Amino acid sequence: MPETAPPAVEVRNLVKVFHLRRARGARRRSVKSLVAVDHVSFSVGQGRSLAVVGESGSGKTTLARMVVGLERPTSGEIAVGGRERRSTRVGSRERRHRAREVQIVFQDPYSSLDPRQTVGRCIEEMLRLHFDADRAGRLTRVAELLDQVGLDERHAPAYPRALSGGQRQRVAIARALACEPRVLICDEAVASLDVSIQAQVLNLLSDIRDRIGVSYLFISHDLAVVRQVSDEILVMKNGRVVEHGPTDRVLDEPADTYTKLLLSAIPRPGWHPVAESDPQPVAT
Amino acid sequence: MATAAAAKEQLFPSARRRRNLDPVILAAGAFIGVLVLVAILAPWIAPYNPNAATILAANQGVSAAHWLGTDPTGRDLLSRLIWGARLSLLGPALIVLIATALGTVLAIASAWIGGLFDQLVSRVMDLLFAFPGLVLAMIAVAMFGKGLVAPVVALSIAYTPYITRVLRSAASRERSLPYVAACYVGGVSARSICSRHLLPNVFPLLLTQSTISFGSALVTLAAVSYLGLGIQPPTATWGFMVSTGQSSILAGHPAESLEAGILIVVTVVAFNLLGDRLAGRRSLQAL
Ligand SMILES: Nc1ncnc2c1ncn2[C@@H]1O[C@H](COP(=O)(O)OP(=O)(O)OP(=O)(O)O)[C@@H](O)[C@H]1O
Ligand SMILES: [Mg+2]
Repeated sequence: MPETAPPAVEVRNLVKVFHLRRARGARRRSVKSLVAVDHVSFSVGQGRSLAVVGESGSGKTTLARMVVGLERPTSGEIAVGGRERRSTRVGSRERRHRAREVQIVFQDPYSSLDPRQTVGRCIEEMLRLHFDADRAGRLTRVAELLDQVGLDERHAPAYPRALSGGQRQRVAIARALACEPRVLICDEAVASLDVSIQAQVLNLLSDIRDRIGVSYLFISHDLAVVRQVSDEILVMKNGRVVEHGPTDRVLDEPADTYTKLLLSAIPRPGWHPVAESDPQPVAT
Repeated sequence: MATAAAAKEQLFPSARRRRNLDPVILAAGAFIGVLVLVAILAPWIAPYNPNAATILAANQGVSAAHWLGTDPTGRDLLSRLIWGARLSLLGPALIVLIATALGTVLAIASAWIGGLFDQLVSRVMDLLFAFPGLVLAMIAVAMFGKGLVAPVVALSIAYTPYITRVLRSAASRERSLPYVAACYVGGVSARSICSRHLLPNVFPLLLTQSTISFGSALVTLAAVSYLGLGIQPPTATWGFMVSTGQSSILAGHPAESLEAGILIVVTVVAFNLLGDRLAGRRSLQAL
């Protein structure tokens, strides 16, 4: 890769402090603050993928929300494709521009699609915003995108309630890809899916990376999943980065005690979950 | 091709669900539909001129000539009820229309903008809540005179907080869902998110809330008429008929008050049932 290409995403000393206001009527001064993200820096090269792992509440989602502009950083800098993002309060023109840079897929497939919008319209909405194609062109593209995520044209007129969790997550991925972003953030995008569907969606994601060269920011608390999809790992705890390095190095020779703790908490290779339909007596 | 049909059914279960309509919704809807039709067709279906007094036919009971009897000045009660349906329904309809439009815009804007604007709207709505609609209507009549316009404007304002409050909390619940965040990140403009995503998703609630408000507005407007502050005689409205009929109750002719009163009650019940059932279906659809 040429040395001159700017990283797809670069984050420097990002901080987010939440001020938790007490219940109404309590003293005004009694405001507690919580540092959700504490001086986090990283960069993701073009076409590369970075996994952010950490326990619940470690600030992973907050980090992702800041990168896509859903949350305003308390301090720090975000640059996407070499372009600084200075403000989250921007007009729709700039927002449309940013949409072409970074897209996000959320954890919960049940609330990340508008229940009153068909799959086709959901994807078409993005196409209409970002490309000037006529309706026929858009419909062709919708079919293409659905095909790309392992669905087909038949699903276009369906409402989300008629789809399974895995199918909905595929639609959410297709919607994100419709913008042709350079970076795709997956915030626990497979966590709520069952294991076999998880594998399918993960394969799909790495497939898409090979095909269109998108960079990933992959948020997960499942280290087994992370190994499959990421080049680098960032381990977070209480908003801080405790370890950052190539996937194999971090997973095989963790330097930090917290990372070791995380690793010991997951099923290792060789551990086979017992199928539900196959009850076995519990060893005592 | 059985499997293709089954797959289609699985993808589009709504098509089947729509077919078995709730009988209560059907009955209440049909009743309201008939009322509206009667109101529109009043000139053609009313058997008599509603304001033509015939002293000779005063206070008649139910008969073939006068199906629902006559009032003390001999006017045909059925005709007056039919003509009365016009303003008795038009008033609440205008109130609900204005209150719903105002309330929806305020609610969705509050949910979207949040912050200071949201708090300001909430405070103003709390303030309006403190005034009962009837009091507001009486103040308006005192300031702008009797008739249809002043009470309708006053009650539209009085009903706005009911719509705003319910819709605001629903809209801000929707706003916090990831699909709205996804639209935002996708570059959809604020106006499109509000009109194409938030509005359709609170629409069922909007429908129930305004249906139930209709019944309430009908009663309050009838009360305004009853107090003699609304439409002026001889034009018939149901509320005013309850009031004018009162004097003949003691004379042994309760028909006018009774018939108008029953009509008001039944209409309100129909609207409330409809609103209630629609609310039930809404929660079903959310699944
Ligand atoms: N809007 C908010 N207001 C106040 N506190 C918040 C807000 N959003 C997040 N937090 C807090 O910030 C911390 C980090 O939350 P975050 O959702 O980023 O964690 P996470 O790593 O994504 O956790 P999980 O794995 O459970 O999704 C948590 O303690 C959370 O309670
Ligand atoms: Mg999270």
